[in-house]
Amino acid sequence: MLIYIVKRLLTAIPTLLLISLLVFFIIELPPGDYFENYIAELQAMGETVDPHKIAYLKAEYGFDQPMIVRYLNWVGGMLHGDFGYSFEYELPVTDVVGNRLFLTIFVSLVTIIFTWLIAFPIGIYSATHQYSWGDYGLTFLGLLGLATPNFLLALILMYLANIWFGTSIGHLMDAQYLDQPMSWAKFRSISEHMVIPVIVIGTAGTAGMIRRLRANLLDELHKQYVITARAKGVPPFRALVKYPLRMSLNFFIADIGSILPAVISGAEVVAIVLSLETTGPLLIRALQSQDMYLAGSFLMFLAALTVAGVLISDIALAILDPRIRLSGGVRR
Amino acid sequence: MNSPLPGDGETIGHFVSPAKFDPQAVEKLTPEQEKIYLASQWRLMWWKFRAHRVAVYSAVLLGLLYLSIPFAEFLAPYGLNQRFVDQIYAPPQSVHLFHEGRFVGPFVYARSYTLNMETLQREYQVDTTSIHRIGLFCKGEPYRLLGLVESNRHLFCARDDGTAFLLGTDRLGRDMLSRIIYGTRISLTIGLMGILISFVLGISIGGAAGYFGGWVDNVAQRIIEVLQSLPSIPLWLALAAIMPVTWSPLVVYFGITIILGLIDWTGLARAVRSKLLALREEDYVRAAELMGARPPRIIFRHLIPGFMSHLIASATITIPSMILGETALSFLGLGLRPPITSWGVLLNEAQNINAVALYPWLIIPVVPVVLVILAFNFMGDGLRDAADPYR
Repeated sequence: MLIYIVKRLLTAIPTLLLISLLVFFIIELPPGDYFENYIAELQAMGETVDPHKIAYLKAEYGFDQPMIVRYLNWVGGMLHGDFGYSFEYELPVTDVVGNRLFLTIFVSLVTIIFTWLIAFPIGIYSATHQYSWGDYGLTFLGLLGLATPNFLLALILMYLANIWFGTSIGHLMDAQYLDQPMSWAKFRSISEHMVIPVIVIGTAGTAGMIRRLRANLLDELHKQYVITARAKGVPPFRALVKYPLRMSLNFFIADIGSILPAVISGAEVVAIVLSLETTGPLLIRALQSQDMYLAGSFLMFLAALTVAGVLISDIALAILDPRIRLSGGVRR
Repeated sequence: MNSPLPGDGETIGHFVSPAKFDPQAVEKLTPEQEKIYLASQWRLMWWKFRAHRVAVYSAVLLGLLYLSIPFAEFLAPYGLNQRFVDQIYAPPQSVHLFHEGRFVGPFVYARSYTLNMETLQREYQVDTTSIHRIGLFCKGEPYRLLGLVESNRHLFCARDDGTAFLLGTDRLGRDMLSRIIYGTRISLTIGLMGILISFVLGISIGGAAGYFGGWVDNVAQRIIEVLQSLPSIPLWLALAAIMPVTWSPLVVYFGITIILGLIDWTGLARAVRSKLLALREEDYVRAAELMGARPPRIIFRHLIPGFMSHLIASATITIPSMILGETALSFLGLGLRPPITSWGVLLNEAQNINAVALYPWLIIPVVPVVLVILAFNFMGDGLRDAADPYR
């Protein structure tokens, strides 16, 4: 078991390295850099820039050095917790990102739990009642969730919530709790505002999960051991719960790997529409103004979050189902 | 009592059929069976696909939508940028059939607006005394059909200088219905272009990985893993944000298709790879190798065609995600920009809560988006079932 975990952790390292290369390449791709934009912006407003200050800043952050050196500096810095400096906010990246990243993780986590709670019963129902009206109806509902663009659903739900429940529009909490320490009232305000984002982000993932769970469980239900169990007189419900359901539980955990990127993606878009205090709006702004350390570290955080999520799901799966680690490893 | 068994003491009567004995009677097929056994693979697929009713309807719907692309100018009642300054933010007009209890055929009522000085909103009043009948093939804004034929006929319009905005107008007084019809062009083709790119990439990379195995496979697998573990929207955002603002909208359009294709190929590559890993051990591959065929020829000529139908089916299922991706990017203002009109660009106008509250018809472009995505999903399901007709 330990060997498996260590091996799995080791394979995550090249993945992260490749991701960092890709991210660096993407943020380096556009012509010019933040300072050129900055100078142009100031000149457009009729102000002058002290060339010495710019030259100093450029030298300080290594903009005069070749690309490869900058890349190594960036990655090297990240290894000991220095994620660079945001030029726009004039703050270290960790200070800008920190709190928002936490909220992103929080929203994603709640969304995944929501997805499970919805997808699990529906998936089981659809599989056990294949081709019934309920199955068709639920499948169609799921597809509808898949087909509706997230952002519009967010807008409409937000509008309805405002009319029906008087929830204030946008943000993840009422305005008076911004920058306040965590308290019971703040928590309540956050949970009230969480409902819409979680539903919106969850719909797409839920639909996919229901479909996969249904297909998975159906495969399992048609296997011989289920027939044997039924023939021996095990009641249908027990025959379902005892083995096939356990098999599809494995799949449930494995599926984190495929829904986590979607959840984080969805969280970004919805965050932009609803102006949530998560990472989405910040990321777009950083990308547009070429605030490269902020944008790069951000993309890196999101990617690392996904990689970590997949890692956890893989390890949990290996604990649940020994066959996976036995067949995948070198042993035997 | 009419028992098939003879009674006690009766002799068993012999039965001899007068018909000629045909020793092959058992193996003989009925005409229907013969039809199935002799049918080509594509014919079998077609039969199987036909059985999936919803998929057929979806295919018809999509076919019609794609057919409408070259004729958008004719189908749309107004031009893409034709403005009606006195009809800004006009709500949809409904089509009536009966006027004052009398049947007059389809028509719309005329209307006028007043500016509410408190809310600064335009309020439209329907004038139920004057009617504008809906006419077919009437003259309107001139255009060039297919870029060749000059014409000014439109499918329908309101007669007597009336206006028919069946889906309302936007903030510049442009007809929503016409703009949605024009938007079909971009929104539907962007998925196809993207899938083309991802097809080429997926088959080449997945093909190479599956055929050669070894380190090629390892490298390809790592790259796929990386791309799949990155959340796609932030990646799209990053790639879209680096496209210079100075690019012309058409170049941006191609840029977006390339971005969508570049990120989407991984799933296809995986499918191709796993299939090839199994197929490369087949005898016909060995035969081709011995005859001196180079790897590209073996992959593209001998291996890929064997499961092309599967690939097409799985590609159909990924087109919707591309259409949604474009819509999301354009909605956020990072994708296509006016004057290029796609459903996402139209939805960009409905971005704020005011639009939803005051001008709900601005979010109508979401209806074709949902319809097309559902249709692609159903058709993909049908194709996937049909792709393996021998099952």
